[in-house]
Amino acid sequence: MAVKVIIPTPLRPYAGKRDSVNLEAATVGEALNSLTSQFGELRKHLYSEDGRLRSFVNVYVNDEDIRYLQRDKTAVQPGDTISIVPSIAGGARA
Amino acid sequence: MLKLRQALIEKIHEHGSRDYPHECCGALLGREEGADRNVLGVVPLENRRNDSPQNRFSIKPEDVLRAEKEAKANGWDLIGWYHSHPDSPARPSEYDREHAWPWYSYIIFQVEKAEPREMRSWRLDDKRKAFGEEAIEFISSVSG
Repeated sequence: MAVKVIIPTPLRPYAGKRDSVNLEAATVGEALNSLTSQFGELRKHLYSEDGRLRSFVNVYVNDEDIRYLQRDKTAVQPGDTISIVPSIAGGARA
Repeated sequence: MLKLRQALIEKIHEHGSRDYPHECCGALLGREEGADRNVLGVVPLENRRNDSPQNRFSIKPEDVLRAEKEAKANGWDLIGWYHSHPDSPARPSEYDREHAWPWYSYIIFQVEKAEPREMRSWRLDDKRKAFGEEAIEFISSVSG
């Protein structure tokens, strides 16, 4: 059994229109790497140019925010669900 | 084309006036209909940026999930977001671009001295380089 990554609606056009992708991974980092290797267009919407997860992109393993776990080193088990949820941010000029 | 009913515009306007001089923010719920989008509901949300709310807004992921849930309960989608620019034009800033995803509709409206002014909608391009304007069809009747 693989890990399931739920693709948020705005990013489905960059993931072959899928709403979820099943893949083999031992950590969140591996799962997201595998996902963005399979769907290269996803990468720039999840990661900034310096290779870090964009500040407004939140990743959960079974509803637990990975920031409060071991971030990209957070271990995942077969059957786990990884969700990608944005924070929405913006504003007028500083 | 983003279709927006008068009653919903008024709800967004009221939120902008109420929160002035702070930025207000909320979710747009609706449906894609061919090339158009029909906004069928709005969800006013709390601006979580306490440090600089006059020119920044933030919606937490739990509020995003709540808005998604409300959309699904109505058989709709979460199609975008609105926020106000107090005393500033209804155009996306560089900060808006850095924090956006494509596909979503981003409504921005100016609030000048607590009075709502111009409202425009924007979509980010695939390459994350620039916003393009999305025309808004303002619908005055409830039947539209």
